[in-house]
Parts: sequence; C-alpha cells; structure tokens
Amino acid sequence: MAELFQTRNTGHTIGRVIVYGLLVLVCFYYLMPLFVMVTTSLKSLDEIRAGNLLSLPQDPNLDAWGKAWSSACTGVQCEGLAGFFWNSVSFVVPAVLISTLIGAVNGYVLTMWRFRGSDLLFGLLMIGCFIPFQVVLLPMARTLGAMGIANSTAGLVFVHVVYGLAFTTLFFRNYYVTIPDELVKAAKIDGAGFWLIFRRIILPLSAPIIVVSIIWQFTQVWNDFLFGVVFSSGERQPITVALNNLVNTSTGVKEYNVDMAAAIIAALPTLFVYVVAGKYFVRGLTAGAVKG
Amino acid sequence: MGALSIRDVRKSYQGTEILKGINLEIEKGELLILVGPSGCGKSTLLSMIAGLDTVTSGEIRIGDRVVNNLSPKDRDIAMVFQSYALYPSMTVRENISFGLEIRKVGKAEQQKIVERVAHTLQIGHLLDRKPSQLSGGQRQRVAMGRAIARDPSLFLFDEPLSNLDAKLRVEMRVEIKQLHQRMGTTIVYVTHDQIEAMTLGDKIAVMKAGEVQQFGTPQQIYDNPANLFVAGFMGSPSMNFIPARVEAMGSGHGVRLESGANTYVFPAVSANGKLKSWEGKEVVFGIRPEQITHKVESGLVGEHMATATMPISLTEPTGPDTLVLVPVNGREVTCRVHPAHARAPGENMDLMFDLSKAVYFDPASELRIA
Amino acid sequence: MDLTAQRVTLTGGDGAGAEAKPRLADRIDAWLPKIVLAPTFVCALVFIYGYILWTAVLSVTPSRMLPKYEFAGLVQYEALFANERWWLALKNLALFGGTFVLVCLAVGLLLAILLDQKIRGEGFIRSIYLYPMALSFIVTGTAWRWILNPELGIERLLHDWGFENARFDWLIDPEMSIYTVVVAAVWQSSGFVMALFLAGLRGIDDSIIKAAQVDGASMPTIYRRIIIPSLRPVFFSSFMILTHIAVKSFDLVMALTNGGPGFASDVPATFMYSFAFTRNQIGLGAASAMMMLMIVVAVIVPFMYSELRRPRHG
Repeated sequence: MAELFQTRNTGHTIGRVIVYGLLVLVCFYYLMPLFVMVTTSLKSLDEIRAGNLLSLPQDPNLDAWGKAWSSACTGVQCEGLAGFFWNSVSFVVPAVLISTLIGAVNGYVLTMWRFRGSDLLFGLLMIGCFIPFQVVLLPMARTLGAMGIANSTAGLVFVHVVYGLAFTTLFFRNYYVTIPDELVKAAKIDGAGFWLIFRRIILPLSAPIIVVSIIWQFTQVWNDFLFGVVFSSGERQPITVALNNLVNTSTGVKEYNVDMAAAIIAALPTLFVYVVAGKYFVRGLTAGAVKG
Repeated sequence: MGALSIRDVRKSYQGTEILKGINLEIEKGELLILVGPSGCGKSTLLSMIAGLDTVTSGEIRIGDRVVNNLSPKDRDIAMVFQSYALYPSMTVRENISFGLEIRKVGKAEQQKIVERVAHTLQIGHLLDRKPSQLSGGQRQRVAMGRAIARDPSLFLFDEPLSNLDAKLRVEMRVEIKQLHQRMGTTIVYVTHDQIEAMTLGDKIAVMKAGEVQQFGTPQQIYDNPANLFVAGFMGSPSMNFIPARVEAMGSGHGVRLESGANTYVFPAVSANGKLKSWEGKEVVFGIRPEQITHKVESGLVGEHMATATMPISLTEPTGPDTLVLVPVNGREVTCRVHPAHARAPGENMDLMFDLSKAVYFDPASELRIA
Repeated sequence: MDLTAQRVTLTGGDGAGAEAKPRLADRIDAWLPKIVLAPTFVCALVFIYGYILWTAVLSVTPSRMLPKYEFAGLVQYEALFANERWWLALKNLALFGGTFVLVCLAVGLLLAILLDQKIRGEGFIRSIYLYPMALSFIVTGTAWRWILNPELGIERLLHDWGFENARFDWLIDPEMSIYTVVVAAVWQSSGFVMALFLAGLRGIDDSIIKAAQVDGASMPTIYRRIIIPSLRPVFFSSFMILTHIAVKSFDLVMALTNGGPGFASDVPATFMYSFAFTRNQIGLGAASAMMMLMIVVAVIVPFMYSELRRPRHG
C-alpha cells in the first residue's frame, strides 16, 4: 500500500481532506440511482410529477409495490411480477446447483487427475467464456424445439447449465490448483479411489469456492435477459424479461413509481446476496476476471 | 530375494528419458537412500515405486511380486510426503485411520492401532486436532504415524525433513533412525541432503541425470567415490579437487603441487601404481578437508603423511574446527584445522596432508583412476 | 510389527513371482477421469463449436423465417453491409465501446488509487462502489431510463436547482442517445474495474516502493513511473473484460433506449436479435452474429496468445 501524501504537514491534511471528499462524492454518485429508485417507488404519481428526482416522498406508501407485484401489466396480461419472480426461482435454483456440481467435478479432474490433452480440453472450454452468445442463439432455439423443451423451465435450466459450465469449471479448477496434489497421492496410497478422494478429501476443502460459484451463477442466471427473451415467452418468461415488458407496456399512463418498484423487486434477490455474501461475490468477479 | 528390487527401470516423458536404466536391490529391513541434486530423477523413481507414476520399461518388485501394473493401494506401501499431505479437513485421528477405514479394518481395531501409533510417536495429545493447529514437527510426526498405522511392507519417504528448520531436522533425523532400528522396517528415503543420506542410510544410491552414479554403503561411498560427482556431492565441506601433474617419484609416482613460493611433490601412496600411464599428464587430485590439518610434531607421521607450508588466504571458524583456505595450483583448498592452531590470513601455516585416502580422477571422463 | 510376510500373501494372491495383472476395477478407475469429463467436453464441442459452425452455415443460406439449407454464397453478408442500420450499429458499438472502456479504466484506476490511501471504512466504501455489479442490466437500464427522463428526470432537477434553461434530453436525442448507454454502463461496471485495480495495487511488492522512496522519488513520480506501469496486466485484463461486455451489451440497450430513438442507439447485439427473432431474417441474423464473433475474436485472440505464452504454474 502506498500513500500519495506521505509527509505529515498541512499539505498532508489537505490531501487527506480532498481524498475523503472525492471518495464520499463518488459514493453519492453510486448510491443516487438506488436512492431515486426507492423514493420514486414510495411516491404517488402526482407527487412524482410535482417534485423532482431527489425530493423525498411526502406520504410514503407501498401502493406501487403492490401493483408491481400483483397487478401491473406486462404486455397483454396484468398480473404483476409475482408469477415471473417464481418462474425465475424455478429455473435459477436447479441451474445454479447443477452447473456448480459439474464444475466442481470438472475442476477436480482438470487438476488432480490430469491426463494427456486435459489442458487442451480446458482451453477449448474456456473459449466458452468468451464467445458472444448471439452466435449460438439460432441453433439453440432449434435444438430446444427439437428436444421439446422450448419455452420450458427445463429448457432454460439446460441452456444456463451448458453456458455456465465454462465459468464454474474455471472457478473450481483455479481453486483446486492451489491444493497440493500430494494430498491426492497420499489418499491414493491410503487406498482411496476417484470418488472417495473427491468426497472425503477435496469436497470438505471446497466450501469457499462453492459459495463463490453459487453466488456467481446465481447472479448471472437471475440477471440474464438474452436467453430469457429468446428461449421463453408468455407466462414462462423470467423476471428480467417481465420487467422489461412492464416498463415498455405503453397502455395508459406511465407509472414511474410502479416501474421502480418492479425494478427493485427484480433486483432484490441479487442485492440480498451481495449484502450477505459480498466478499464471495467480489472474489468470484475477480477470479473470473483473472482469466476471463 | 530382496525386499525391493528395481531392474533396468526406465522412464521417458514426452520423448526425453528421465531415468536411464536403474538397477537397485535392498534386503528386508534396510534403509535405502536415494540422493542427488534436484532433477536427478530420485523423486520420479520413488513415485514409480509407489505406483503414482507409470514405468516405461523394466521391472519393480516389492517382496516377490512384480508391481509394475498394480495400483498404489495394492502395493502394500506407505508414503511420507515432503509437504506431509495431511488431509486438512480431518483430525489427526482421522488422518491416521483413514487408510485403515478404507481397508475395512474394524472400528475397534482402528482405535487400537491409532492408540499404538500415537504412543510410539508421542502424539497422543494431538489426536483430536486438525493439521492446521499443529507445528511443523508435529505434522511430520502425524505424517509418519499415518504411514506406520498401516504396517506396510515398504515405507517411502519423499524428502520428509526438508520443510523443517535446521534444529528440528536433526532431531527428527535421529527419531527416524531410532524408529527404523526398533521396527526393522524396509524404507526407501529420498533426500537431496548428503548429511541425511550419510547418517540414515544402510545403502545409498547417488543419482544424477537419471542414472545411479554409485550404489553402496555410506562409508564405501564416502571413502571410495566412483567419480568426481559422487566425491564432490557427498561430504561437507566438499572434497578439494586440485588439478595436478603426475610425476615419477622414486619407485612410484607423485602429484606436483604449487602453493605460494613453494613446490611439493606428494607421493600417491593410495594409487597402487595406477598412475603409471598418467605420467606427465594432469589428473584431478582429490583430498577431503579433514585430511589436511595442522602439523603435529610427533606421533602420526608416516609414509602416507606429507607436510607443506602454505600461505593462508581466508579462515572460516565453525566452532569445533576452523576452515583454512590456501591456494594450491590456482585453486582455493579447504583444510580443517583445530581452532587453536589456525593462523591469520596472510600468514604461512604448516599443514599436514593425510594421503592414505586421497583419490585421483581422470579430468576428461571424471571417472576415478585410483 | 512383523506382519509383512503374511501381508504379502494376503494382498498378492497372484502367486510368487508372477507379474500382477491390473484388476478390472483399477482399469475402470484409470478411465474414470476421462469419462467424468466427457459430458462437458461433448457439450463444449456441440454447443459452442458445433453451434458456431451451424450459425456460420446459416449465414450462407437464404434462410428467412425457417432455416433453408441451400448454399447462397455471401448474399447475407452483402445484405448486411448494404444495410445502413448495421453500419449505424457498428458505429454505435465503436462509440459506446471506446468511451465506455476508456472512462471505466480511468474511473476505476482513480478510485483504486484513492481507496489505496489507507482509508478508514475502505471496505464499506468499496462495497458501495461495487453493488451495481450485482444488478441486472435490465434493472440498471430501467433506473437510468427514469433518471434520464427528458421531462421529469435530471432536467427537472436542474430546473429546480435554478438552471432554468438547462436541457438534458439525451434519451430522445438521436445524436446523444448512445451516450446514455455509456453513462449507465459506466455506473454499473466502473466499480468492478476499481476492484481489479485495487487488487493489483495490493499485489505490488511494498519493498519496491520503499526502495524508490529511499532513492528520493516523490510519491506522484512513484505512481507514474513504478506503480501504474506495474499494473499493466490489470489494464490488459480489464480492457479485455470491458471490451467483451461492450460487444455483448444487449440488455442495457434494450432496457434503456430499446435501440431508439428510431435506430439511433442500435448496437450489433440488438440488431442481431431484431433480425433473427422479430423480423424473421434468420440468414441475416446469423451473418450479423458471425460478425460479432469475429469482433470478439479480434480482441480476444491477442489476449489468449499472451496468456498462453506466460509460464504455467500448474
């Protein structure tokens, strides 16, 4: 750690004040949209038209939230986000768990049971982190149709597992590289086989990276829009797509407070995870970034 | 039949040969040391004995079985690793009993074995701790305990002491030796430390570049090194190598040494006439530091003793001895003298060379001449 | 402890001197890692490489609403490059990508340096800078769409603050609407870049800085000459990630401007979606997807190349 202002004098003090001032100012910048979202969602439409972005709600109420949850229009139907919220939950949970589990096993093989060509395989897989998904959309749409899981929970689980594997594998592989492989050798000599070593030796050491992988995948899959909008329709859509529909539904008066309440509802699960396990979230981001 | 025999074992990896035909054999209860600089193939050889690495060609036998194709668990071996490789998520007790559990040893029996091992190694009070709560020396003991628990026919040690500090290393070395003597186990022990090799081994295989340079007892290897590499590798401080011309001397031969203003010809008493064909040519004259000491006036002087007066360029006190460096034929030669007799740099000192154990090498092939 | 002889006959049932054959279970064990990895490998092969090939095939067919597997040469690419909307999308990508990457790098580096001054409450401040990364681009787009609302958003705020004539209608200004995407994207991603730089700064060997101080270098000089140059790898990977985000950006544009006004803020990703899935021009959509892939490859390949040349630690 290096200090920009090293000497203890007036210059130092002024420097510190400037640094803290800047940091706090930037905090306001990052917090402002969240503040605006929350206050707007608590205002009535009249109040919104009368006031400005930063004015506080005079008579805070949850009407907009109620509407966003259960009666706002998302296209032709007007049943709020509730159904879509549970849609998202129903495919996010299995997708996250399956991709994490497979990623863990893959990482285990790629570090502890390397064979000729396994590095090449890993490289091939990693390219999956880089491709723009637009390039697989058309074939995948046809495949899901042919498999009979188009516009279904199973279809979305499948897509998210397939394209999440590259990341989960990367996480576990990079984590397991740091575990000395003498551990596996010792277990082999003790007589343990492939699965036993995984279950008894490796898995008990994996808690941190499992959390990282689950959080990363949860955030990715929950926040996904592209796969949702392409591979699902109508009642089956995930919440991100429903939110976009809600905001773009142009019938009647534009209800900004409902839009904001809906946006917060869509953001709550990932924000909650961030607040609870931010450390692991950041670790996932930077771990993914080291190579990806 | 030996407890372990290795016959013409080779290992190639992506076209390069790492082990070039290794032949070793030890009896039951012997401790074999594989020693050499890093990259000499000693750890690979150990891995192959353990079954963690495949054998390209040749044969490895443990007891009366060829084990080339057996998986590690069927070889009846146990191994102690450099990093100890204790399972971090298990307690010491679980670490020790893991292998027993996998081999379906009954709970009560497991318990008994763990107690016995803990008693042997004095780690009873550590049984319920996790490896992260142990010191380096304690981890080392647990790693040995894990190996002992299974009572295998062959123990493999892969540089087990190299992660310990100097003091602990000496203590553990003694303990390993005591354990070996008490239990009469057969051990293959890999190290790069020649002191460990000398002190522990019943047999030593000195390796370099995938080949066994010399295989024998510690004393054979120390006193009769097969080549320049073995001579230089074993012993600390290492043997002095002095390029010297062979000259006729009386009925035999001698080597010509220049130091300061003086020139000496030392009789090659240990050469048994083998230097005849080297007359007039240069050989490498090898003599260990402890064979050059301060001159004593009476007693030991005999035919194999030669004296010389040489200028001191540097002294290194080690406590029990002082190492004195003198220039001979353009090389700095280390002598081990009693501190009380050591002189200061710049002064001359009377030194006595014990030539009975001097060795002579061919400078080109680096092989021993005599 | 002399159970050895007994043990040998116990485990070595093959008889004395016989070469023990590997057991079936061991042979299965030897194949297990490959078997376990196989499904993932097949998935990658089919769903990444196979599909890229499939898309490539579609891009040289006359497919419209349904795939039609006839070779049509490069007509779709010709159509693509004759399409003004595509050129606009490319131009927007360049504008958006360029500004977004540069601003994120600058903001990220600055914030990281400021946060590296032994700041009290650093963890708290850092988590404020980073939380947007947990949000969906759709949420971000929705929020900023409201904030940038030409009537009720920032413009109203400026009026209320006394800037009666202030105008802030980028959202409906065809010239400026792409920059609203930059504003929102920077808000979302700059904290992440800050985190990368901060990790880089923390990774610098303290003794190098001390040595420079002993040499008499001033702190700004140390930053300019020693610290920032040593962050080169972080610049590199941040650049890659940001470029990648820029090329893939689809959600944010959809939520914020929906490509509008008109097609003014179209980017290749929205172009591809619109042609492939709402306008039933599968061939053209496939061609645009291939072009996007090529843009990413042009950026990623040098990165991969330098990655592979770096020594491995595994």
